[in-house]
Amino acid sequence: MDNNQIQKSTGATEAQILYGNILNIGMLIGFISLVFIFILYITGILSPLIPPEKVETYWTLPLHDYLEKSGMEVGWAWFGNLEYGDMLNFIPIAFLSLLTIVCYIALIPGLIRKKDAPYTVIAILEIVVLLVAASGILGTSGH
Amino acid sequence: MIQLQLRYSLVILCSVIFIICVVGTNTSFAADTSTTNEGSELQTWWFYPLILLVLSFLLGVFAVLAGVGGGVLYVPIVSGFLPFHLDFVRGAGLIVALAGALAAGPGLLRKGFANLRLAIPMALIASSSAIVGAMIGLALPTNIIQTMLGATILCIVALMIIAKKSVYPEVPKPDRLSQTLGIFGIYHEPTINKDINWQIHRTPIGLALFVIIGLMAGMFGLGAGWANVPVLNLVMGAPIKIAVATSKFLLSITDTSAAWVYLNNGAVLPLMVVPSVVGIMLGSFVGVKILGITKPSVIRILVIVVLGIAGTKALLKGLGIG
Repeated sequence: MDNNQIQKSTGATEAQILYGNILNIGMLIGFISLVFIFILYITGILSPLIPPEKVETYWTLPLHDYLEKSGMEVGWAWFGNLEYGDMLNFIPIAFLSLLTIVCYIALIPGLIRKKDAPYTVIAILEIVVLLVAASGILGTSGH
Repeated sequence: MIQLQLRYSLVILCSVIFIICVVGTNTSFAADTSTTNEGSELQTWWFYPLILLVLSFLLGVFAVLAGVGGGVLYVPIVSGFLPFHLDFVRGAGLIVALAGALAAGPGLLRKGFANLRLAIPMALIASSSAIVGAMIGLALPTNIIQTMLGATILCIVALMIIAKKSVYPEVPKPDRLSQTLGIFGIYHEPTINKDINWQIHRTPIGLALFVIIGLMAGMFGLGAGWANVPVLNLVMGAPIKIAVATSKFLLSITDTSAAWVYLNNGAVLPLMVVPSVVGIMLGSFVGVKILGITKPSVIRILVIVVLGIAGTKALLKGLGIG
């Protein structure tokens, strides 16, 4: 069934189908890589920055204590340690968390074409909100 | 249909490979442990990830059958009965809810059940508040968050017992804001083979409530379907199917912003997150398959009882009694 047929039979708008299609592909890529990379990590094919035996002793601690004892850096520091199996796992997690931004960016040309000013503004604001959250510039806490 | 089957097959195949690898690794580690640490504790690092995988699978099945999101079950049950600290459970809970919403989103959007025009304004409010909620949640002492989580879960239990649903709420006149934003729609209802026209009212009240929903979602890592649906359906007047689907889709946006805060603060551990996501997604697939042969009312009572126990445990733990 092509997009026009889906639209006619369900009442879904063109924007919904576009958003759904991007989400569908992204979700599949994200989920498959999540499983694949995790397998590389737990089978020891890629060595971890923090061995799983140590993680087990950390996950009972409050976040602040974990960061202090493990020496883990916060924010996007994991991006500089992608040679380690555990850090590589953050790639699919971050990918899944960035998918919404990609979908919103894809919506904007259609909204502008339709001169839908309120939704164009809201969509741009949403992208800004998500980018701010993703950037880590809001600071890190940990009690 | 073929595309959908391919999608399901790929996800199931990946999950099966994953389980085989986890079990295979665990068996070899178990052998190592038993030979090197004779007489000492047999429990190794993989024990709790495996428990998480199995527990999340069951939660995924029950969540579908009881009509609730995975996150709302995951956080109180995992933090209440397993040794993980609440900070990491909330981080994992958000990723679990996010993964579930991302998986369901494409189908709901393309079938016309989840409505983008309804979701986008609510999502902006909820995702902004979720960031603030997540930051507050990570800054407050654990006992306070645990107490508030327990109280919230018990409120959710009460909401599940008393809240009514309106299949096609009556909206005599749409409000000015929803008219300006063009929030209305039509969807095909396959059960009665009819196109249903809908519109909403009380949009400003709904937007205000989404501030609170976002704050709570971020603070407790619960997802927020339990609150989204009553607001969209009972307050704003969206038909129940549109409300449920739009709520599920909304989580993919709200939880994204909160998840980033937890991720950037170091509260996301892959060893917890991945087994949980895989387990809950596999459980959801199985749940959908057996939905037709189970009694949802019985499952719903079971979920209410389990949530009630988990909520009470969290409350007592937070108060230093449990």
